[in-house]
Amino acid sequence: MKMIIAIINEEQLDAVREALIEAQITRITVGRVSGHGRQKDEEIYRGKKIVPNLLPKIRLEIAVNDEFVDITVNTIIKSAKSGSSGKIGDGKIFILPLEECIRIRTEERGGQAI
Amino acid sequence: MNRLDKSSLPIFTFVFVLMSTVLLADEGDAIDSGATAWMLTSTALVLLMIPGLAMFYGGLVRTKNVLGTMMHSFSAMGIMSVLWVVCGYSMCFGKNVLGGWFGWDSQYLFLRGIDDTIMDAGVPEYVFSMFQGKFAIITPALIAGAFAERVTFKGYCIFIASWGLLVYNPLCHWVWASDGFLFNMGANGAIDFAGGTVVHISAGVSGLVAALYLGARRGYPDTAMHPSNLVMTMIGAGLLWVGWFGFNAGSSVASGLSTAQALTATQAAAASGALTWLIIEGWHQGKATALGFASGILAGLVAVTPAAGVVQPGGALVLGAVASTICYLAILLKNKIGYDDSLDAFGVHGIGGIVGAILLSFFIRTSWMEAAALATGGNWTVLDQLGIQVLAVGIAVVYSAVLTYILLLIVNKTIGLKSKANDEMSGLDSSYHGEHGYGMLNPS
Repeated sequence: MKMIIAIINEEQLDAVREALIEAQITRITVGRVSGHGRQKDEEIYRGKKIVPNLLPKIRLEIAVNDEFVDITVNTIIKSAKSGSSGKIGDGKIFILPLEECIRIRTEERGGQAI
Repeated sequence: MNRLDKSSLPIFTFVFVLMSTVLLADEGDAIDSGATAWMLTSTALVLLMIPGLAMFYGGLVRTKNVLGTMMHSFSAMGIMSVLWVVCGYSMCFGKNVLGGWFGWDSQYLFLRGIDDTIMDAGVPEYVFSMFQGKFAIITPALIAGAFAERVTFKGYCIFIASWGLLVYNPLCHWVWASDGFLFNMGANGAIDFAGGTVVHISAGVSGLVAALYLGARRGYPDTAMHPSNLVMTMIGAGLLWVGWFGFNAGSSVASGLSTAQALTATQAAAASGALTWLIIEGWHQGKATALGFASGILAGLVAVTPAAGVVQPGGALVLGAVASTICYLAILLKNKIGYDDSLDAFGVHGIGGIVGAILLSFFIRTSWMEAAALATGGNWTVLDQLGIQVLAVGIAVVYSAVLTYILLLIVNKTIGLKSKANDEMSGLDSSYHGEHGYGMLNPS
């Protein structure tokens, strides 16, 4: 089992969700976070160009069984990329080993609980 | 010296009083300061409804569209006000041109000719013009509820500007100008006290046509689209209720008995509408929602808008309750049929307006009916007036539906009204305004 954590642009959230649902990946946690990478993202604020130091981003958490890792990751990459070649600030994906997973209602454990 | 001053004081006072009486008498003939003060207040109250509407609609959409949706109301304040000063007032309240299609009076362009006009009601014409101008703002802003979350900002601006010129102004002229043909229909005119046909039916029907033409939002109806902030929606509904006193009671263009009648009817209908919705929903769904209460307020207010001048409080209570019931059913039906009138502009304003404009025939106070009978020189029955009301509603429905369809077609084909899929997914705020409405609120 793996935990996939993806940090993406908030504008891409719906595109990513739609693509994931289409790929049968339907269990997902979404949160709003802020942070920055190396990007220099310019925004217009009150008519002035500014570089915000903390940018709003969306963090997706998806726990999957090993055989679903590739399709999940590929789907996110495809749908979170802005334009065809992508832009700085499109985000990152982290894949972590997942030790255990328990469904609270049934107390099932492991792969079948995901 | 001291003594002289003291003794001459009464004389000065007398002379001053005399002079000021003469001065005031000059203006006093024309200006009714009581009526003017109330009309100024009403103008401000109706303007307050537009930020109220922005909050009402803004709270109902998803987080990514809140600013874009509020801008639909706010931009109307800019666009429609400028158009109103340039030619809107002339088109609404000028003399019949083109067979009475709309009005025109070159003296009204840029409001040049009314700089020192005092109307018969004792109110400066500027005040009347500004009061009426607020109605021209809120009407296109109401339509935005039907196609919320899926139109381009530029397309919207062009659409409401042309809609204001070609749909609102002619309708307003027909119903409210002294030579408008609906104003003179039947014994005493088609009754539309404060804008049932002009404002609510036209906006609601146009909204329905637009919702059908533009299609549903992406993901509708399978995906739940939760309101971003119902607290804001409730504040907006409250502001609308408050502002409606200006809308209805101000439409008497007076400060007297008719004002009081309209105000009372407004309060009665709003309250009974809200209460009815609450009871129906509580019985039907098991829980009475805050949004339901707000919708009931609006249904009651919309229904009493055409009727406020002619119904008594008992009739207003019935109007509010019936409108609420029918609007509730209309929204259930919408969900069955599946078209996407996102914020129920048609369900509440269209349906509520039609119910109010037609049903009011049964609750008209006897003095009005007597005056109507006197005007025809015979008798004038409820059914006679009902016929006039149905006809006026029919004309408003057909005219606004046809014109709106043509305008949608033109704007969508040239500038583009429907959002591109990507823009819609990213949200109006980011796509068209480059801003975010809520700081760290969770996405929805």
